[in-house]
Amino acid sequence: MDLMKAVDEVYAPKNDFPEFKAGDTVTVFYKIREGNKERVQQFRGVVIQRRGSNHTETFTVRKMSGNIGVERIFPVASPFIDKIEINKRGKVRRARIFYLRGLTGKKARIQEKKF
Amino acid sequence: MQGLIGKKVGMTSVFDEDGKNIPVTVIEAGPCVVTQIKTKEHDGYDSVQLGFDDKKEKRTPNPMMGHFKKAGTTPKRKLAEFTGFGDDIKLGQTLTVDLFNDDTWLDVRGISKGKGFQGVVKRHGFRGVGDKTHGQHNRMRAPGSLGGSSYPSRVFKGMKMAGRYGGKKVMAISLRIMKIVPEKNLLLVKGSVPGAIGSYLIITK
Repeated sequence: MDLMKAVDEVYAPKNDFPEFKAGDTVTVFYKIREGNKERVQQFRGVVIQRRGSNHTETFTVRKMSGNIGVERIFPVASPFIDKIEINKRGKVRRARIFYLRGLTGKKARIQEKKF
Repeated sequence: MQGLIGKKVGMTSVFDEDGKNIPVTVIEAGPCVVTQIKTKEHDGYDSVQLGFDDKKEKRTPNPMMGHFKKAGTTPKRKLAEFTGFGDDIKLGQTLTVDLFNDDTWLDVRGISKGKGFQGVVKRHGFRGVGDKTHGQHNRMRAPGSLGGSSYPSRVFKGMKMAGRYGGKKVMAISLRIMKIVPEKNLLLVKGSVPGAIGSYLIITK
């Protein structure tokens, strides 16, 4: 499988996003192509998981739109991601916080990490 | 057809220039050594035999060893014949992935993964009976009738039935090359390719 590593090296993501993990609140600025025009849209929510490795890694952002939960999966190596902004560092005990899906309102809050 | 022998390395996905996420198969293609040149006068047809993947001399029978010595190479595990290389090819010459470029469309042949003894639904795409309830039981994936009773009163030859599935020669045609990594002899082609990881592949233009 060392040859697969060689492929990973060739396609290593070149973007320099800040480090973030599950529990953090981030804003993803992603480009949308409409015909020939390109514009940047934002998606702000809580990262509930990061999965995969190298150029096939993805992360899932969950936000509440009104009272409906919306999740979006972004590939880290996607050329459409303009930048990622970290708004809050959350204190969570696990790498995949799927339990958040079952929680609403005050229960769905995540404690902020103190440095 | 010009081509090379390769080995399936694995699959991954890659973003193309439009930003689309494309599934790709990684193939280790070559370097292949010309082990024999067949000519119309001598062998009855024109072709070039290539060898790929080194093996131990200890594991090579003497007659095969002589064959490789003639070409001046180490013994190879996999041999295959190709055509269309023209006259400027020499015995013992090494061919690499440089044979292909980004615009070439490839046909890749391999031996598909063996699935063992499989029923008619998986093997031939039958739909099965279609209902779990309404009086029927234990025939969900059954083939149904094999033919008429009074006429023809026999089962036609070639009737699709359960049996061994997979483990056959399969060709994936017209695959686009997504990337070539010449330093590692790697070839990234769009889509899947027959066979298990580590199995040999015949790649032709």
